[in-house]
Amino acid sequence: MLEFTKSETTEKKDRRDFLKMLGLTIGAAGAVTTFTSATLGATNLNSSKSTLSLIGPDGDLVEVDPAKLQMAEEIVSDSELLREYQRRGREGIPGKKWVMVIDLAKCQNARKCMEACQGAHELRPEQHHINVLRMQDTPDTAPYFMPKPCFHCDNPPCVKVCPVDATFKRQDGIVLIDNLRCIGCRFCVAGCPYSARIFQWSEPDMTEEEKLRTYDVELNVPQRKGTISKCLFSADRLRIGKLPYCVSACPNGVYWFGDKNEDAVTNGTTGETVRFSDLVRDNAGYTMHEEFGTKPQVFYLPAKDRRVPYDEANRMSTQN
Amino acid sequence: MAEVNSPSLTERKPLSQIFKDLINPIKTVSFSSKVWDRFLILIIIWGTFAYIHQLQSGLGITAMRDYSTWGVYISNFVFLVAVSLVGFLLTAILKLTGIKWATPISRIAELVAVAAVMFAGLSIIVDMGRPDRIHHIPLHGRFSSPIVWDITVVNIYLIMSVIMLYLPMIPDLAILRDRYTDAPGWKKKLYTLLALDWKGTDEQYKLLNRANRIMMILIMPVALGIHTVTSWLFAVNSRTGWDSTIFGPYFVSGAFVAGTAAVIIAMYVYQRAYKLDAYITGKHWDMMGKLLVLVSLVYLYFNINEFLVPGYKMKKLDAEHIRALFVGHEAPLFWGVQILGMIIPIILLIFKPFRKPLPMMIIALFVLVGGWLKRFLIVVPTQFHPTFPIQNVPENFMVYHPTLAEISITLALIAGVLLIMTWFVRLFPIIPIWEIAHEEGYHQVEEEAKKPESTE
Repeated sequence: MLEFTKSETTEKKDRRDFLKMLGLTIGAAGAVTTFTSATLGATNLNSSKSTLSLIGPDGDLVEVDPAKLQMAEEIVSDSELLREYQRRGREGIPGKKWVMVIDLAKCQNARKCMEACQGAHELRPEQHHINVLRMQDTPDTAPYFMPKPCFHCDNPPCVKVCPVDATFKRQDGIVLIDNLRCIGCRFCVAGCPYSARIFQWSEPDMTEEEKLRTYDVELNVPQRKGTISKCLFSADRLRIGKLPYCVSACPNGVYWFGDKNEDAVTNGTTGETVRFSDLVRDNAGYTMHEEFGTKPQVFYLPAKDRRVPYDEANRMSTQN
Repeated sequence: MAEVNSPSLTERKPLSQIFKDLINPIKTVSFSSKVWDRFLILIIIWGTFAYIHQLQSGLGITAMRDYSTWGVYISNFVFLVAVSLVGFLLTAILKLTGIKWATPISRIAELVAVAAVMFAGLSIIVDMGRPDRIHHIPLHGRFSSPIVWDITVVNIYLIMSVIMLYLPMIPDLAILRDRYTDAPGWKKKLYTLLALDWKGTDEQYKLLNRANRIMMILIMPVALGIHTVTSWLFAVNSRTGWDSTIFGPYFVSGAFVAGTAAVIIAMYVYQRAYKLDAYITGKHWDMMGKLLVLVSLVYLYFNINEFLVPGYKMKKLDAEHIRALFVGHEAPLFWGVQILGMIIPIILLIFKPFRKPLPMMIIALFVLVGGWLKRFLIVVPTQFHPTFPIQNVPENFMVYHPTLAEISITLALIAGVLLIMTWFVRLFPIIPIWEIAHEEGYHQVEEEAKKPESTE
């Protein structure tokens, strides 16, 4: 079963150091909270509550005084927060190997995935981290809809060509882009054979206040002018144990998402969890353009029972 | 003094005449030359404003979008690298093989190369979304990226080419120091400084010749490198139209064509502007014309390979790209470039009457403009034939028509190259004085230069 936990004990030492840096030490035993819980807890503070339960370094629950946490949050300066975001963003989530399965037979072009994605990553309507394409393989075959995120390739051409390590592959398989590092040469856009990448050609639509938010490399927000953006497998959501934005938003059960190491994927609509290898094998799953040697980590299940009428398809194919 | 040719020419030019002819362009700046450089400066100022606008608004003011992510800026880069390739390769190969005819035009060829490569680097910066982060390249550079290779090799080439332009100029600088007595003070200081106390002793010539020789050998792999690596910026991508194994030699052969054409145009302008008919003679035009035919034939050969082979197979995505070039949207430009910029120049230049200054200059203009457009055709159309269809984007994502800002910045880059070539001639002799003098059989050129002009 797919179970996301908030605290990874392997990161204990790093976290302790980090929290020490923040001046956040709670209790005589030096019990510390995880970074995420600390910030989340602090923002959700309620004056009626006298203590707050947090997970300690050894997985035990610790009752702490919220006032101390609030104090700690004030100490967390933007630069320290940014440094932590950048560190964990580059490191990834240990022990995981994220994988997505897209069932083309289910897609009805509802486009809820696109909406959710654009909302989360603050994209313009013409900017797509995930794009639902109308596909028709040959003039004689019926068309189908194909959601196309980044494939988070295991041999990513975009990462190879990046001159400054702005785009990188993490241990959990996610290919991320650091908008603070990117020089905007757009070689990765040229290098990606799947057109997964977009560029911020102009200043993103934001208020001055929104611009001042601490940049989160796992969300690519706030977006930066003159840099690349692309699908991140919702790395920020995975960190808090949730499925990606697009996966959760789909009303038609198109997406399965999970951990290849666990060999389990969960359907974003139904919540059903199955074996990844069984799902792909039993349904003749495949990856896109394997001939490029990119080893994509997004798998497709064939578009059986096609829903778009044949004539409609011909009309569309002449449009494009 | 080092070994020099015995005077084989029947009409030997007096040494004082050589000094006079070749120093005069430095002494007087003609009115038309002044108008010309004001014109270039205006274009550069205009282009700078366009660039400031681009810095403020982002690359959104260009016509580039996600499916045409590289446009004229990258075309400019490839073009300028191409133009810069031939200068040193031409002089190095000819000098090392003992071929003498190119002596008077060697510095012209080298100057074209230096000026072009300087602005090649700039055209990459112009294309960057975040030029303010250029220090990230040395700071976080990853050697797996061909951009890092390209920056490395282009910078090495730039440094080597400046040295190679300078080294053979040292004796000339000494001549200017001693001969150009009425020069303004700053020029005198400049010549004295740069001449490095050159006296023209045998020992000095021995050192100079050895240094030149080493540089000429070293520049060859670097010169081939700059354009091969530039071709890899495209060829390493799995994209139809770029995914080619012959891109290296294809680019290098194309660079020979563009570079030779640029040198021919520069020869024409300098010859006319500075009355150098006695130095750039019919023989040089004839040889350069033949050279352009030769390199164009090699380029034609690579073009046939590049387009005919995939055109024969017509693999699905290749077919889209090739149809667009051969009969589709890009066809007028493609055939215009191939026919007017390559095939017709080859045919015309085979005939001797066309290997004369004016017709050759016009032909070279067609070749050079064709060369730029060819780079555009290599860079842009490929991107409109991605693996998956282009959908759910606005109309302007589907086409690429360069905007005024892009054109302005492009013109400013070209103007920059021309301005360097214009200003160089006002400071330094465009034809190597000492080499001409040696070939005419004069010894002790440096001693002669010290004698006052009135005694002759």
